[in-house]
Amino acid sequence: MERELTPRSSISRRRFLGTAGVTTMVLASPPAFAEATAEPSSLPKENVRLSVNGRQHALDLDPRTTLLDTLREHLALTGTKKGCDQGQCGACTIIVNGQRINSCLTLAVMHDGDEITTIEGLVEDGDLHPMQAAFVRHDGLQCGYCTPGQICSAVALLAEHRAGWPSHVTADVATRPALSDAEIAERMSGNICRCSAYPNIVAAIRDVNEGGRG
Amino acid sequence: MKPFRYERASGVASACATAAAPGAKFIAGGTNLIDLMKLQIETPELLVDIGLLPLADIIESTGEGGLRIGAGVTNSALAADMRVRRLYPLLSQAILAGASTQLRNKATTGGNLLQRTRCPYFYDTTKPCNKRVPGSGCAALHGINRMNAVMGVSDDCIAAHPSDMAVAMTALDARVETVAADGAIRTIPIDALYRAPGSTPHIETVLAPGEMIRSVLLPPPPKGRQVYRKVRDRASFAFALVSVAVVVEREGDRVRAARVAFGGLSYKPWRSAEAEASLEGASATRASFDAAGIAALKNARGYGHNDFKIPLARRTLRATLADAVGA
Repeated sequence: MERELTPRSSISRRRFLGTAGVTTMVLASPPAFAEATAEPSSLPKENVRLSVNGRQHALDLDPRTTLLDTLREHLALTGTKKGCDQGQCGACTIIVNGQRINSCLTLAVMHDGDEITTIEGLVEDGDLHPMQAAFVRHDGLQCGYCTPGQICSAVALLAEHRAGWPSHVTADVATRPALSDAEIAERMSGNICRCSAYPNIVAAIRDVNEGGRG
Repeated sequence: MKPFRYERASGVASACATAAAPGAKFIAGGTNLIDLMKLQIETPELLVDIGLLPLADIIESTGEGGLRIGAGVTNSALAADMRVRRLYPLLSQAILAGASTQLRNKATTGGNLLQRTRCPYFYDTTKPCNKRVPGSGCAALHGINRMNAVMGVSDDCIAAHPSDMAVAMTALDARVETVAADGAIRTIPIDALYRAPGSTPHIETVLAPGEMIRSVLLPPPPKGRQVYRKVRDRASFAFALVSVAVVVEREGDRVRAARVAFGGLSYKPWRSAEAEASLEGASATRASFDAAGIAALKNARGYGHNDFKIPLARRTLRATLADAVGA
């Protein structure tokens, strides 16, 4: 399915686990697997080029494939989570061409040539991104399922705020508001945390915005 | 999702010609359409992707001192545009009151206008819905209809239009510029874009097959203060129960002129000529604002669970007008 343009020297842990999982599934239930992957022969595949976390990929995809499923099922980047799959929870938030979006509500074919950053791409030289470190330091999570989406959202939020974007709670939309806790909460409303770690998520974002230790 | 063919549009004219075919649909941001395709409420055979068309992303001044907004401009870009924030703050406020940043980053101006209702029975494919399956009936009429419309609808469909942006555009007298399948260009006042449900609620706009919204034209900004207020079940990221867009020009203790549009009440953003007439020349007082609310909701009809919307709309109008005049 995937034709890698960048040579890959080693198999990642996730890729290995993903492959092992598929193998187990085939052995456990061959008919179910065959059924699950059967595709109508009339369906033309679309070629899509994606740059994900700096790596180039060329894929032949059923046009129905969402960007979320492409990342998780075709590129084995399972850090991006599928929560509601209808744009309400934000667990699938990724950054495309510098802007955060719900990857569940867009098709991969609509993103030919786009630059995509997922949670896996935020680490630099093995060091956590300052926002990742702040979430750890402030305990901005419990179960962790929403966390990759929260962090990608928060990273993009700071860029939007630096660009002067107003929000629903900005008293005068013609001004550039300071990033108060109310502004952070409003700007993060597309990311639900059912463990309700919200106070610590806000604290982590405030810390990074104020140039905290990262 | 049902299988479909996908085509990336190379130009406006060819995209319109292609999309005129039965079963074809435009896709831009896709935040509403893809959701509906997953549920097989929308089952296009061909998607014509207009997301990357040139000119789609332009916001430019018009000769008359207004603004031309390309249909592909994202909700985020439009709300953050400094000309919009300074001259049409109502529009920025309305956009920012809708959805989440992730959705606004994808959702486009044209797509926002053409988004489908969030009536729960339109979404529930196990229930009758004349909009989804013409002739099947309306489950909302005697169902859980607290989110549904109270103005201008019919017993065949009581769905409400969910947009915030369109409410502000209606108060701002926006016009929609379209390109037809044969290349003809026409301009439609936004209020005339939407069709009353009547007995054909599945036909929602006056657009012909293949006709594309190319831009939205805003006339020069109106005089007076612009305020958008939205009432919803939670403080952020929820559709309106009721929303109000007002533009109020004050002269001393009186209202010289006012514009009033409601969201959440009808199949389209509901511009109230009755409220505007009631406010013109009236004293800028609570009594006048109450009278405007009574005039605006005179012909409203509740369907049970949504009866509360009628007094809520009156009170929200009063509060928004008071805010606009600083009373």
